[in-house]
Amino acid sequence: MTEAVRQKVPSRVLRRFLRSPLSLVGVVVVTATLICALLAPWVAPYPQDAGAVVHFDQSMQAPSVAHWFGTDEVGRDILSRVIFGTRPALLFVIVVLGIALTVGIVTGLVAGYWPGSRLAALILRVTDIFLSIPPLALALAVTVAFNPSLATAMIAVSFTWWPWYTRLVYGEVLKLRNELFVDAARALGQRDSVIMLRHILPNMISPIVVKATLDISFVILLGSSLSFLGIGAQEPTPDWGAMVARGRVYLPDGWWVSTMPGLAIFVVVVGFNLLGDALRDALDVRS
Amino acid sequence: MGAHEFAIRRLVQLVPTLLGLLVLIFLIARVMPGDPVRLALGPEATAEQVAALRNQLGLDQPLPVQFINYLIGLVRGDFGVSLRTLRGVGSDIAGLLPATLELVTVSLLFSILLGVTAGIFSALYQNSWVDNLVRLTSISGVALPRFWVGILFQIFLASKLGLFPIIGRAAAPIHGPTGFYTLDALLAGNLPGFFDSLWHLVLPALTLALPTAAQLARLSRASMIEVLRQQYVLVHRAYGVPTSRLVLRYALRNSLTSVLTLLGLSFGSLIENAFLVEVVFSWPGISAYGAAAVLAKDFNAVVAVTLIVGLAFMLANLIVDLLYGVLDPRVRYD
Repeated sequence: MTEAVRQKVPSRVLRRFLRSPLSLVGVVVVTATLICALLAPWVAPYPQDAGAVVHFDQSMQAPSVAHWFGTDEVGRDILSRVIFGTRPALLFVIVVLGIALTVGIVTGLVAGYWPGSRLAALILRVTDIFLSIPPLALALAVTVAFNPSLATAMIAVSFTWWPWYTRLVYGEVLKLRNELFVDAARALGQRDSVIMLRHILPNMISPIVVKATLDISFVILLGSSLSFLGIGAQEPTPDWGAMVARGRVYLPDGWWVSTMPGLAIFVVVVGFNLLGDALRDALDVRS
Repeated sequence: MGAHEFAIRRLVQLVPTLLGLLVLIFLIARVMPGDPVRLALGPEATAEQVAALRNQLGLDQPLPVQFINYLIGLVRGDFGVSLRTLRGVGSDIAGLLPATLELVTVSLLFSILLGVTAGIFSALYQNSWVDNLVRLTSISGVALPRFWVGILFQIFLASKLGLFPIIGRAAAPIHGPTGFYTLDALLAGNLPGFFDSLWHLVLPALTLALPTAAQLARLSRASMIEVLRQQYVLVHRAYGVPTSRLVLRYALRNSLTSVLTLLGLSFGSLIENAFLVEVVFSWPGISAYGAAAVLAKDFNAVVAVTLIVGLAFMLANLIVDLLYGVLDPRVRYD
């Protein structure tokens, strides 16, 4: 009987998920992005152009059949670099959300499990300070301490992102900590860490997953903004934000150099947004 | 608790947060591995010159002493010396702040006008082509990287079509009491100057506003639809109150409270994204200054800009909290 119920819930979620045509668009874009990242050397028409190569004889060519997105100032194929650009973008997302989720879940669990304790007060006060300043501004301040690189940008953005998860997890734990199943676990003599991780945490996976999915697009935007400002990934890494920034020198005649990588950011961000929205509706999580 | 008492209490609550922010940013900036003084003086400077500037800036003292000195300076309105421009950061910023404020204010107006209007029409004509268009535009609008939109505007509207200036605030600087070029030009009766600075504002302000407007459109549509379902709206309809009056006099005000929450956050996102827009449009504001300071590891300037952005964000949220009571008398302060 429980088996039957278990099978039904995901299929209902899946049905709700696939009801809207927009969520399908999201799925398609995200799948295409993942394929590009995993199979970049085979998908890209000129895979060697992702690195530090030059073909000056082909520099600044407008979009054509041979180069759909045109070529840049040293003659590299922009489409190939845009396809390889999915790699730093997704790496960025994985590292930032990995750190933010880990720190946010641990601090949120602790603060919510022992509310009113000194440790909880300290955690909440520190989150308040972090949330009192817009993330891009704080990330910029953090990067002062390091040399510009993809890793620097990752550290900076992770540094600003965890408090949102602390807040989310804290609120969820407050709701759950007085539930009967928590009392039961406590009465059975389970350790606090076991109650938090095995009993409370699994009950708030949905809101965490939905927030993380919606955050993917914000993190991509923030990461590309940092590299656009010259603080993130550096040449020859095929990073979208950095490519847009370099293309500015060749405006307006070489319009494709900036336009195409920016278009990639836009499409991928729309895709993850649609996926996140659909997931939120399907899992019925109120934002 | 009255509104005044509430306002004062909220202001007092800002102090520990602001102090925490100061400590945080101070720590970040002082733990940097690079040597800012060496960077400012260049590779040719001798060890003595570096030591002298280090001593002059107080960077050779222990961290707590540096922090206390910094706080004392702040109270006096002294943000220290910029290692990049070698002028006082305070005076640098005072000259640049009005440009940023003017840009952010006009963008906020743009986003409210565009976003809320689109949201209302979308809600009034739910499921029509207008609604579908607004929904599709707002879904994609929030995904727009602002630095890219700005560049597209520069390529197509400014450069190819020549409709707008590509960069800058005005053809010639306009001086006046507010530092807002548009206002100062109006106050001086300088109409050509007013239109010139307004023309320069359109593209940067629109670039900054578009994603925010998209967000506001989504929210105001949702909250308008909810309000239009209320019984009192139905009653007014039955009495034959015209739709325009119904929307503007009754429904709008009630749907604005939820929009207002987002407005505080919107202000924060406009201020932070000004970093990108100012760089793209060479807008002489504190954000472009801050971005350059970060690249030059100009510690005092970075701390000051981050602090001002944080303070502005906190104040915006405070104002939003206070406005709730004005818009919606049902809100009680406690």
